[in-house]
Amino acid sequence: MSGIFNVSRREFLKTGALVGGGLILGAHIDWAGAAEEGSKAKSYAIEPNAFVHIAPDNTVTIIVNHSEMGQGVYTSLPMLVNEELEADWKKIRFESAPVAAVYNHTAFGMQMTGGSTSVWSEYDRLREVGAAARQMLIAAAAATWKVDKKTCRAQKGKVVHTSGKFFTYGQLAEKAAALPVPKDVKLKKASAFKLIGRPTARLDSPEKVNGAAKFGLDVFLPEMSVAVVARPPVFGGKVKSLDAEKAKAVRGVKDVVQVPSGVAVLASDFWQAKAGRDALRIEWDEGPTAGLSTPGMKDQYAKLSKTPGKVAKKAGDIEAGLSSAVKTISAEYHVPYLAHATMEPLNCTVDMRPDSCEIWVGTQFQTVDRNAAASIAGLKPEQVKIHTMFLGGGFGRRANPASDFVSEAVHVAKAAKTPVKVIWTREDDTHGGYYRPFWYDSISAGLDKTGKPIVWKHTIVGQSIVAGTFFEKVLVKDGIDNTSVEGAADIPYAIPNILVDLHTASIGVPVLWWRSVGHSHTAFVVESFLDELANAAQKDPFEFRKGLLAKHPRHLGVLTLAAEKAGWGRPLTKGRGRGIAVHESFGTYVAEVAEVSVNKEGELRVHRVVCAVDCGQTVNPETITAQVESAIVFGLSAALHGAITIKGGRVEQGNFDDYPVLRLNEMPKVEVHIVKSRKKPGGIGEPAVPPIAPAVANALFSVAGIRLRELPMKPEVVLAAMSKK
Amino acid sequence: MISLEINGKQHSVDVEPDVPLLWVIREHLKLTGTKFGCGIGLCGSCTVHVDGKAERSCQIPVADARGKKITTIEGLPEDHPVKLAWIKEQVPQCGYCQSGQIMQAAALLAVDKNPSDEKIVNTMEGNLCRCGTYPYIKLAIKSAAGKGEKS
Repeated sequence: MSGIFNVSRREFLKTGALVGGGLILGAHIDWAGAAEEGSKAKSYAIEPNAFVHIAPDNTVTIIVNHSEMGQGVYTSLPMLVNEELEADWKKIRFESAPVAAVYNHTAFGMQMTGGSTSVWSEYDRLREVGAAARQMLIAAAAATWKVDKKTCRAQKGKVVHTSGKFFTYGQLAEKAAALPVPKDVKLKKASAFKLIGRPTARLDSPEKVNGAAKFGLDVFLPEMSVAVVARPPVFGGKVKSLDAEKAKAVRGVKDVVQVPSGVAVLASDFWQAKAGRDALRIEWDEGPTAGLSTPGMKDQYAKLSKTPGKVAKKAGDIEAGLSSAVKTISAEYHVPYLAHATMEPLNCTVDMRPDSCEIWVGTQFQTVDRNAAASIAGLKPEQVKIHTMFLGGGFGRRANPASDFVSEAVHVAKAAKTPVKVIWTREDDTHGGYYRPFWYDSISAGLDKTGKPIVWKHTIVGQSIVAGTFFEKVLVKDGIDNTSVEGAADIPYAIPNILVDLHTASIGVPVLWWRSVGHSHTAFVVESFLDELANAAQKDPFEFRKGLLAKHPRHLGVLTLAAEKAGWGRPLTKGRGRGIAVHESFGTYVAEVAEVSVNKEGELRVHRVVCAVDCGQTVNPETITAQVESAIVFGLSAALHGAITIKGGRVEQGNFDDYPVLRLNEMPKVEVHIVKSRKKPGGIGEPAVPPIAPAVANALFSVAGIRLRELPMKPEVVLAAMSKK
Repeated sequence: MISLEINGKQHSVDVEPDVPLLWVIREHLKLTGTKFGCGIGLCGSCTVHVDGKAERSCQIPVADARGKKITTIEGLPEDHPVKLAWIKEQVPQCGYCQSGQIMQAAALLAVDKNPSDEKIVNTMEGNLCRCGTYPYIKLAIKSAAGKGEKS
């Protein structure tokens, strides 16, 4: 390990801001603005040594500070570095970063992955890192040869002199390490990019194909126990009495310990631990949410939605708008709680010692989890080490301000005084809370005599994701949680009189960001209701939108492209309908056209989805297409199947039988068209989720004349709407 | 002690006969390429070959695997056409379900060298992918089809 940029020496020197203190968060992110303009003031120093390690054999390891959960950051982020570093791409390897301030998110001031930010938030820094490292390597070569730096250039892992002599990066690494990091680095123009924008095979494919990739669940430590935890059947419940006699008698069970979240049974292996848990006798104090039920909650929300909430957006004069409208329409929408249902159930492995705590986990929230672990273990944050494993899906579930699955495992390790892996069963995972919130919307609008919408009033009711967390200070402004109204308070359509208000409900169900966060709900309501307006105005839904988007060229661009590629307006196979939706989220603009049919049983079939996406400059188009398709599948699962419901305080779903997700036989043909752009990159993991549900609902309206104002579009809901028609 | 033949090697494990094969493979033999997803045979992440057929290892009591040839993802040759096609078509995203997908696809191609679209869909619909790699899975199976099976 004589290579230059040696992380281990530096990482602990760099934890500064976060050690012992609270989290430092940047100001609220204006996603589109941030992605387009970049951060105005740099929130980071260029630290090539933390991100690039060059070994004597010329292998270049890029330390990746974002978690790999399917989105391809172990390839796209090394691409950013190597665009400037000019190493041989074949020699590039990746490694997940430890927890240290140097690896903090450039916009959020903590180490994390989420909000579709990985590429754009690292777009400048990692290229600067690569450029600085390259300049240091060139300087090292020039100094050795005693020549002017200008006579040397970097090329595919070598520094080459005009005379033709060269050093490999591996030969120069140690010497380069001793040089100062250049103060200002110059980046290539986009027109000179060799790697950025080129479809590039993922570096992590081989190990994900041969079974070698290590996820959190695949970690084994010497002398490790496996634990499963009995958690209260109702959120907020507590153990009233515990009889562990029978559990302790189960073969292989080593210990039963009580932790704040429930009762953990530790055994030699999972099956024994689970058998031990089955044998526990626990009486629960179910607490105040024992009476909770989804229908009751819906009624309560519906009532609230008829009353004024806190104003999230106000423009023009609603009353004047309403009184001058020649036609007004109103509707109520609702969407359910949703579980993330990552393929890899939650798990966390902890080895706690008197002066250290080592954690192996698939997490999106390293800094938060590290600090939570430190506080439980009674250690300093720098005594906690997190190994970020591959994540078998994240979708937001592994980015929990409450660190639930990490904190619990640390508690278990602490109580049992043994290395332990806590495994959640699928049912534990589904019952575990932290859902996409249940939302209820009352919305109305008025048209003038030409059919143009002149007034729009939207009242939203639901829980705040960030209430009670450290994000509250930053993300809640004047009582409005931005994640509750994003995509609703900032609709792009030219409507002069707008009011969007919010009731933040307080219900004891833990909620969290779920791929595309607030947009997963608001796009469905806004884009469905816009279709209702188009219908009321007797206008084509595509033309209607187009007419209202003159000031939003990027919306208009994807809308037009999707319509064109989908053959909008042209005849369609009999029995099929088309629906369109457009939405911006996370700095990226997406329009989708869905082709849908419905049978007599009320079963929807989505045949084809045409998607146009404008995410600015592309980095790896290969993964962009994959992420867009992925997001559409994710959104379709929710649109057609997904619902977590509660009865007597208990979650009614547990596994893929009652919480189904899309299967291959339901997969539509998906066509993805990426807009060529040199604008700064936007996000890509989430933005294709929001438009799919409304595109499908609008297509259903087009083919069957029924308007579904709730999700999921289950056959019984479709049939009920058909019978009312 | 229960004797098992996994990936051509004999193993003896000290477990109760009703423990699912999945957990024996993962925790006792440390072959972690086979994944736990649902535990009730609904997701396919735990798919292995039992005497050449794709089976859900979470549904097989270990005692029932005695005397059978078990193949896990680690036992499928590195140059197996399905593994190669999976890389060529860039199938994996998070990758968690892919061992199961690959084992299911390899078993299909072992009996049908050129499966129809319908056959692919009917065979693969039991394997969930939350990342939605389905179009790539279809592509990769077609790409691997007809290139000779070694499993």
